Amino acid sequence: MEHFLALVTKPDNVPILAILFLIPYFMWLSYRQARQTDITGVPSDAELNDKVYVWPYLCRNEFICAIIVMLVLGVWSIMIDAPLEEPSDPTKTPNPSKAPWYFLALQEMLVYFDPWIAGVVLPGLIIAGLIAIPYIDINPKGKGYYTIKERPFALAVFSFGFIVLWIVLMIVGTFLRGPGWNFFAPWEYWDPHLVVPLTNVNLSYLFGIRSETTANFFGFVVVAGYFSVGPIFYLWKRNSSRFLQELGLVRYIVVSFLFLTMMALPIKMILRIFFNVKYIWVSPWFNI
Amino acid sequence: MNEERKGLKEKITNSDIWRSIFRHGYEDTGRRYTLQILQNVWLHLHPPRVSRHALNFRFTWCMGGITFLMFLVTAVTGVLLMFYYRPTAEYAFRDVQYLEFDIPFGMLLRNMHRWAAHGMVISVMLHMFRVFLTGSYKKPREFNWAVGVILLLVTFFLSFTGYLLPWDQLAFWAVTVGTNMARATPVLGHEGPFAPQDITQSNDVRFALLAGTIVGPSTLLRFYILHCVAVPLLASVLMALHFWRVRKDGGISGPL
Repeated sequence: MEHFLALVTKPDNVPILAILFLIPYFMWLSYRQARQTDITGVPSDAELNDKVYVWPYLCRNEFICAIIVMLVLGVWSIMIDAPLEEPSDPTKTPNPSKAPWYFLALQEMLVYFDPWIAGVVLPGLIIAGLIAIPYIDINPKGKGYYTIKERPFALAVFSFGFIVLWIVLMIVGTFLRGPGWNFFAPWEYWDPHLVVPLTNVNLSYLFGIRSETTANFFGFVVVAGYFSVGPIFYLWKRNSSRFLQELGLVRYIVVSFLFLTMMALPIKMILRIFFNVKYIWVSPWFNI
Repeated sequence: MNEERKGLKEKITNSDIWRSIFRHGYEDTGRRYTLQILQNVWLHLHPPRVSRHALNFRFTWCMGGITFLMFLVTAVTGVLLMFYYRPTAEYAFRDVQYLEFDIPFGMLLRNMHRWAAHGMVISVMLHMFRVFLTGSYKKPREFNWAVGVILLLVTFFLSFTGYLLPWDQLAFWAVTVGTNMARATPVLGHEGPFAPQDITQSNDVRFALLAGTIVGPSTLLRFYILHCVAVPLLASVLMALHFWRVRKDGGISGPL
């Protein structure tokens, strides 16, 4: 418990405590507005084109907002000092060594994937995927107001990615990871000598495959099979689904690839946590 | 007496000097409200009029504006901090200590810089969340969303490069851990898959970032220049583009 408390009260972790409060608050705020839109209908053109002068109305709001934010920042800066530890020493590695808090979701992904995926490929795909969003979301509705009914899929995917895969992993990485990057519940003692049995095995091993070549081929089949869920679904549904026809093949490929890649993280997490699976695909060049 | 004062006031406000500085009066008319925005360099970022829901805190959360405010705070406090800081392994840590203990309000200055930076990371993430929830990235705002994603990265990178500068254990190891992943870059990192034989730890992508094989004095200088000059410049250019496009793409998110 003392380690957890020490972590929670660490000055650099104040932003995460703020996030713990801010994210639920803003989710509630947006949910309320979305529900209202869904009940009373989309705001009319007249309502949305109702214009007011920026001076004084908007400038006044900005000014008040700036004053409040500066007040909060001022109080925060007076109350809590920025951390300064002992001088840097390359020969003295702290355990655990943590990246800045906003990168801890990425560091947390390192538990489940090798660095080249968790540290390079997935962050790259997150950026590419974010940039691609406006080009692959062809739903013209829900522009400029909160709504759930008009775009449930887009909202579900983005919120899952942002809240669960980014914010929650960040919080886990900050508060629940101790020495050796082992998982410690808040009440547990941070034992630096904790013995963790290395019982993880590769997926192919679970299926009784012992030869390396067969395991490599098996892994390839599993990963290729996983990513071919997208194309198969397309071939199956393309004639009956108007949505798929409007989306078009290229957009569909991008959407399904990004979506399946995103879902690969929670799938790998479940496989690791509940089935002790180390790698899904072991090859001489890389492991997934 | 009153008449006299009024006459004097008019004399001043009608003088050539006064009129050369202030282009409009302060009367309560729509024309003046418009001029107030159009003729003020600090305010001309705004359109003269916005839709009513743009004033609504529940709609905008103010997060874009807060992000910009935090950037300004870090810029101002950052310039002040630069007076007391030398980016060398010998002095960096001592200078931060000196700043904290001997400079009047030095600790407050440093606190404001650090917390504003963290605040900026939070507000920029919430800003993106709000823009997504209101569907404000949709046509014709696609490109501005892309610029926003790059600005999100720039914010992370600004914060990350600044993290190293105190040169304490926290800074050193956070940056060591954060840059270690670059080793594993496919093809370009020496521990990554498909790395060619001649990619070693002294010429891979991590070396380019750190200016060395471990975090060292040259990394400190490199991060300092990135943090104080290169990345803020890039951020400013992108912000100008971002704000410009908000105006050009139909103003603060409504349906368009």
